[in-house]
Amino acid sequence: MKKIIYLLALILPTQILADWEVNMPRGVTPTSEIAYDIHMLMFWITVVIGILVFGVMVYSIIYHRKSVGYQPAKFHESTRVEIVWTVIPFLILVVCAIPATKALIMMEDTSDAGITLKVTGYQWMWEYEYLEDGVNFFSKIDNKSNNARRLNSGKDVNDVEHYLRNVDNEVVLPTDTKVRLLLTASDVIHAWWVPELGGKKDAIPGYVNEMWINIKEPGVYRGACAELCGKDHGFMPIVVRAVPKLEYDKWVSLRKDNRVAESQNIGR
Amino acid sequence: MSTNVQDIHEDHHHAPSGLMRWITTTNHKDIGSLYLWFSLLMFFIGGFMALIIRAELFEPGLQLVIPGFFNQMTTMHALIMIFGAVMPAFVGLANWQIPIMIGAPDMALPRLNNWSFWILPFAFTMLLSTLFFDSGGPAAGWTLYPPLSLQGGNSMPFVILSIHLLGISSILGAINVIATILNMRAPGMTLMKMPIFIWTWLITAFLLIAAMPVLAGAITMLLTDRFFGTSFFTASGGGDPVMFQHIFWFFGHPEVYILILPAFGIVSTIIPAFSRKKLFGYDSMVYATASIALLSFIVWAHHMFTVGMPLAGEIFFMLTTMLIAVPTGVKVFNWVATMWRGSMTFETPMLFALAFIILFTIGGFSGLMLAMTPADFQYHDTYFVVAHFHYVLVPGAVFAIIAAVYYWLPKWTGKMYSESLGKLHFWLTTVFVNVTFFPMHFVGLAGMPRRIPDYPVQFADFNAIASVGAFGFGLSQLLFVYILYNTLKKDVTAEDKVWDGAEGLEWTLSSPPPYHSFEKAPRVE
Repeated sequence: MKKIIYLLALILPTQILADWEVNMPRGVTPTSEIAYDIHMLMFWITVVIGILVFGVMVYSIIYHRKSVGYQPAKFHESTRVEIVWTVIPFLILVVCAIPATKALIMMEDTSDAGITLKVTGYQWMWEYEYLEDGVNFFSKIDNKSNNARRLNSGKDVNDVEHYLRNVDNEVVLPTDTKVRLLLTASDVIHAWWVPELGGKKDAIPGYVNEMWINIKEPGVYRGACAELCGKDHGFMPIVVRAVPKLEYDKWVSLRKDNRVAESQNIGR
Repeated sequence: MSTNVQDIHEDHHHAPSGLMRWITTTNHKDIGSLYLWFSLLMFFIGGFMALIIRAELFEPGLQLVIPGFFNQMTTMHALIMIFGAVMPAFVGLANWQIPIMIGAPDMALPRLNNWSFWILPFAFTMLLSTLFFDSGGPAAGWTLYPPLSLQGGNSMPFVILSIHLLGISSILGAINVIATILNMRAPGMTLMKMPIFIWTWLITAFLLIAAMPVLAGAITMLLTDRFFGTSFFTASGGGDPVMFQHIFWFFGHPEVYILILPAFGIVSTIIPAFSRKKLFGYDSMVYATASIALLSFIVWAHHMFTVGMPLAGEIFFMLTTMLIAVPTGVKVFNWVATMWRGSMTFETPMLFALAFIILFTIGGFSGLMLAMTPADFQYHDTYFVVAHFHYVLVPGAVFAIIAAVYYWLPKWTGKMYSESLGKLHFWLTTVFVNVTFFPMHFVGLAGMPRRIPDYPVQFADFNAIASVGAFGFGLSQLLFVYILYNTLKKDVTAEDKVWDGAEGLEWTLSSPPPYHSFEKAPRVE
């Protein structure tokens, strides 16, 4: 099976790029985009510092060695130099802290949300309640993944579509709407995380945490529980289907009428 | 420098021989050796667990273990490596080195010293025995977050008691270190003339005394929640699960520096020796170490940015965490300045120390990225974090320990290790450590959570690479054991001053040093 994948990868270069993903997704919400921007800012700053520091080190290792007859210098302190390399990094940090603080203020502002979705973590599934629209349901890993994941299941997980990334009931959310998420848990701590929708937040028993998302593009976004919550922590995926507002309203009314089968065709 | 040279073979102690020698010893060198051998054993036990983890993660799907056992392995691997491998190794180095670096005959409190060591084998026997319980060992992660940890099986009280014992051992060791350094320095050795390794250990000892009781409090509250009906951390009884995390990380972050400050001291000793040039900015190194230690008490909540802290709290902990980059940067710059225009040679200890600087700095870079709260909402609890802390702990703390062993082994034993085997060990270790941990940055950023026994197929390739690296790394450490064996069976041949660029009182003693290191205190200029 692996060999076939590698062969296919040679023919389809885009396929191999998808498999060798090395960076954070930019995502489709304002919060995921700002997280990505801060991430890339810090990444490039550290790359530049790294090149400078390691460059000096490597130069020194090549030229200041005994085997090429280099005689050691005698200097071993300089207050001026110490001040310089205390102050400059400090200034760089100030430059980083300003956009990061701004981003944080924006990310934590959950006011003026269009709809509110309450998410409750259980061992090992999620419950979703649409507070305004009166829809609620549980969502857990789909049967195909669940059967294939067992020890000695005899199934090749490479053949399972969206292995460990698919659920029985998807969360449907409208695009271009500020959605406030209320997170809590009934048993132990979980964390709700869909990378392309931005950061995660813990779902903690006795707490109601808040975060917000505003999805800009319709699509299916997949994530998982991110806080160790027991033996099946690795098996509680999250799937969010973002659809235009009109379609979302249609989905809500179908759900309310309990026409679950029909509602699941929305957006497909 | 001292001119005190003593006769090595003059054995005028009347200690028992054989096994009883090791059980009853109060000698700092014997106890140092016990700590180091014990740490090596734990390194292999913890490493074996890591290989079970990496074998399971070699490809998607569950092939070897069930998820519950996988969680026991991740939990035990962390507890063993932190409390069993890295901390005892540093205490072992402190035992061997502090008296011979400050010109003392032994540690200040020799019987306490014996006891601090002998607690450890019992504590770890108890901890490891829980794996054989019907309900298995601890599986809630080494951080023991409630409510999950309260769901654990019968192992929980045993784990908590063994962590208490480890804490007692660490605190006793720290008291001994402080008493020795403050009272037993050779005449003329003022605080600001102490070797930098002594400074870093002095500061580490204060961190231990401040941090370990906090952990003891947190786990005792867990114990009473589970068995005596309290609800410190259970929401249904009016308790607060997040409170545990605050208390735990108030211990946990100083603990991070407990694991790295002595490593800074080792690298600050080895770089000047092989650059044949004095350590650049000794004073600023001391101040930087002290500032890192102080800052470590006000940054704890950066481990828990996603628990839903108030905005002001998130900003405060982000800024204080970023601030740590300043003294850490000063240290790295000082090391580079020490190398600059030196006359370097590249024996095994120097190679490990150089790799430490580069790879620890890479771990520092990812640490700086993690400090940025908006981005941390994405990084938190992913393999990016796993990559980060393994970069600072393996090519960080562990490389420093290995460097220290190569550097001082000829002094301790009077026998020179094989330089070519040492270099082979270095290159294998350094290549495989990167093959193991570098790809973890990628899968973490791409969205792989940590502490999962199985993963979506999109993460398969990098995980396979990391697993190959882990097995390579593990096998390379067998070479280290062979090198030690090979060295110990040689005859005594090493010179007193093993390294021509090395400075310090330990090099004025014979190799190996006499039983009561400095019977007459040397004078320091």
